[in-house]
Amino acid sequence: MSNVPADLKYTKSHEWLRDLADGTVEIGITDHAQQALGDLVFVEVPEAGRTVKADEPCAVVESVKAASDVYAPLAGMITAGNPRLTAEPEAVNADPYGEGWLMRLKPSAGALAAAALLSAAEYQKLLEAEGA
Amino acid sequence: MVDFGGWDMPVQYGSQIGEHHAVRRAAGVFDVSHMGVLDLRGQGTRAFLRKLLANDVARLKLPGKALYSCMLNEHGGVLDDLIVYFLNDYWFRMVVNAGTRAKDLVWIREQARPFAVEVTERTELAMLAIQGPEARTKAAQLLPPGEAAAALALDTFVGGELGRWFVARTGYTGEDGFEIMMPAADAVPVWRGLNSLGVASCGLGARDTLRLEAGMNLYGHDMDESTHPFESGLGWTVALTPQEREFIGRAQLESIARAGSARKLVGLVLEERGVLRAHQKVVADAGEGEITSGTYSPTLERSIALARVPAGTDGRVQVEVRGKLLGARVVKPPFVRAGQSLI
Repeated sequence: MSNVPADLKYTKSHEWLRDLADGTVEIGITDHAQQALGDLVFVEVPEAGRTVKADEPCAVVESVKAASDVYAPLAGMITAGNPRLTAEPEAVNADPYGEGWLMRLKPSAGALAAAALLSAAEYQKLLEAEGA
Repeated sequence: MVDFGGWDMPVQYGSQIGEHHAVRRAAGVFDVSHMGVLDLRGQGTRAFLRKLLANDVARLKLPGKALYSCMLNEHGGVLDDLIVYFLNDYWFRMVVNAGTRAKDLVWIREQARPFAVEVTERTELAMLAIQGPEARTKAAQLLPPGEAAAALALDTFVGGELGRWFVARTGYTGEDGFEIMMPAADAVPVWRGLNSLGVASCGLGARDTLRLEAGMNLYGHDMDESTHPFESGLGWTVALTPQEREFIGRAQLESIARAGSARKLVGLVLEERGVLRAHQKVVADAGEGEITSGTYSPTLERSIALARVPAGTDGRVQVEVRGKLLGARVVKPPFVRAGQSLI
């Protein structure tokens, strides 16, 4: 059973978003996603200053089993990639909603309103529908 | 769970890396019942196997001794790689891959026609591989005392019938250990008994990282019907002497050996961050090649691979990983043996 914190927003591709209340959002992959990938051995995060479009691949999480792209849930500008993950990719497995965050992003004007994000309840339903 | 040659098998029971380290440092158990066990019996068995296999069973003198061999087609392509045990003059046992089992049986029975050999598939047997520095002593605790002593006395690459079990000191991890064939009903209690002795349950994921660190090929990835042993790192398993032994594929292999193989299988160690994967392109001074198996090595904490490259390749190469060229070093496998890095 995977953990789905109630205070976050989610995407169908298993990313989560946290509103940092300073005009930026923090983004990571969900507990379900890290479980499905297994032990992460390599994480590539975007550099600050990069502009991304919605649904653009902007990070890579690679486990022993496979490599997966992480998609930008919103258009905007990256303000930080989590520097810790270069040396400690396993932080994503250990704490996917905390120390294992991937990037912070300042959404473009109107991007947050335009994005089709899921509530925790909706994401939970999606997991159940996927048989997770 | 994933489908593997028609079997539902777990990739991992817990952490794949944890299972890997358990085998390198202590002991782990794998369910390898998907592999095909074939018994070949009859007066013509030895003569038949000397025709069927690229390695020479005449090298097997001691009862129980095992031999690793390729089974080739007439073009020298690898139909399968297998272990054959010499049990007595009229009884050999072969262990073949799950994915090739059905095809192998058809081929073997066809080739066996002119020989006095009966081929029986032992589908009633389960097989557990217990591997790691503590594997033999742990597994021996589940055998009756007299048989435990006999099991612990087995030499490397030798197997024997011990009561209802066939215990062999073989494996696919680069560690010491046993592979035990047993009646299927024994498998669950033995597995639980091993767990209670601290032997970790291990899945296909750890099996793959362990065998790759040990420099062992995986059929269908590192070699198949379209490749021959000399370009698959398996030249050492081809017995071209004695010259009069007419095994299947011999003519083709002799001409390749004379001309020299245009390609070879090498080990690669990635010198940058990232993970090498099968089918990535290798760029070398001598031309291009391809990764056949790649993974992250938990023991070495970096990525390693087997790659098929032009014969002259040496030193450093580049690998195209997700659109970027990353530097890698050419090494001779194995990468790890008995818990120690060899690179």
